[in-house]
Amino acid sequence: MDAALFSGELVRLVAPDVEFAAEAFYRWVQDSEYQRLLDNDPARMVSVKKFKEWMEKDFVEKEPTDFCLFMIRMLAEDRLIGFVGLDGIRWNHGDSYVGIGLGEREYWGKGYGTDAMRLALRYAFDELNLHRVSLSVFEYNPRAIRSYEKAGFVVEGRARQFLNRDGRRWDQIYMGILREEWEKARGDWPSTYRKESG
Amino acid sequence: MDVRDSLFDGRLIKLAPLDPDQDAEVESRWSHDAEYLRLLSPDVARPLSAARLKKKYEELEKRIDESGNQFYFTIRLREPDGEERMEADKPRKMGRMLGFVYISWISWNSGTAHITLGIGDPADRRKGYGSEALKMALRYAFAELNLHRLDAVVPEYNPAALRLFERAGFVQEVRHRQALARGGRRWDLLRFGIIRDDWEKNLSQSR
Repeated sequence: MDAALFSGELVRLVAPDVEFAAEAFYRWVQDSEYQRLLDNDPARMVSVKKFKEWMEKDFVEKEPTDFCLFMIRMLAEDRLIGFVGLDGIRWNHGDSYVGIGLGEREYWGKGYGTDAMRLALRYAFDELNLHRVSLSVFEYNPRAIRSYEKAGFVVEGRARQFLNRDGRRWDQIYMGILREEWEKARGDWPSTYRKESG
Repeated sequence: MDVRDSLFDGRLIKLAPLDPDQDAEVESRWSHDAEYLRLLSPDVARPLSAARLKKKYEELEKRIDESGNQFYFTIRLREPDGEERMEADKPRKMGRMLGFVYISWISWNSGTAHITLGIGDPADRRKGYGSEALKMALRYAFAELNLHRLDAVVPEYNPAALRLFERAGFVQEVRHRQALARGGRRWDLLRFGIIRDDWEKNLSQSR
């Protein structure tokens, strides 16, 4: 058994505490690049109050049955740097989407996202007992694609011309990881993620 | 195609609005056919009562009004058939409901959306109704909503749907490996896409 399901090499996963999380989301959306890497919605400003209302409604007043949202904190400074969520869980098929965002851009490209994704995958496979995890990513985000490949994801196809940004069309790439691929991938990961023998 | 050509009247079928009182009974009957449900969607198959469906239609119409990113049509026979035709004292403008087609998750900024289509009664399949409805829904999406691309997902165990989408100009783009667990084994979920170019090419070929 794994004692530290929520703790990795660089980060740990914590609950979406409304007070801290809403402030952080509000700060992050000021960065339009962050928003455009994250999703397809028009980049826009959202107030702390609005973020608080959404979070109160979705994560305090109820516990969603098809969505596990974690905030990502650095182990070193305990700083809140992003979020990762298993969303749209299909319990009958053992499949879920995963979404991740690092709002603090000084921590991009340094392994924090990959570490958080490895934690999310361990949670998906070892605790939720899913069979596979899916994600989608934009073709203009090679850093994320590399991170997902490091976490064991495989490209499963691309939706042509899915996005229209800055005067051109871009593809959306779909990736997936099966339980057996995760089992194999984590053999090369830090000892935190390896299966304990005995 | 001309701007005066009807968007909603086909050769065999019509695209029409929901008629909650009558349609709920019909869809409730379809929902007792597990095969239909499993061909249609990855959602857990379960039968629904007419009362529950009526409630769902209300929720759907509310969502359509509020979100502005969804369009829903029932597919109906163009003319009443069989027994319906005999009910002379009950004049009808069109035939019975065959299924539905809807465009959802419209992202107006990128011009993309999702399309879903179902023909409820197995006896009504393989008659060209679905294919005509899909063709009309594509024209609606590309020539009325002015979208750029549509997505559809199909379980690999539904070859009729794969063919339907391919014939309409869709391209298989993604294979979500083992994404479905049904009947004691795993199946892939296939994602199809059609962009405006594919649609126009398909139109000129089928002319």
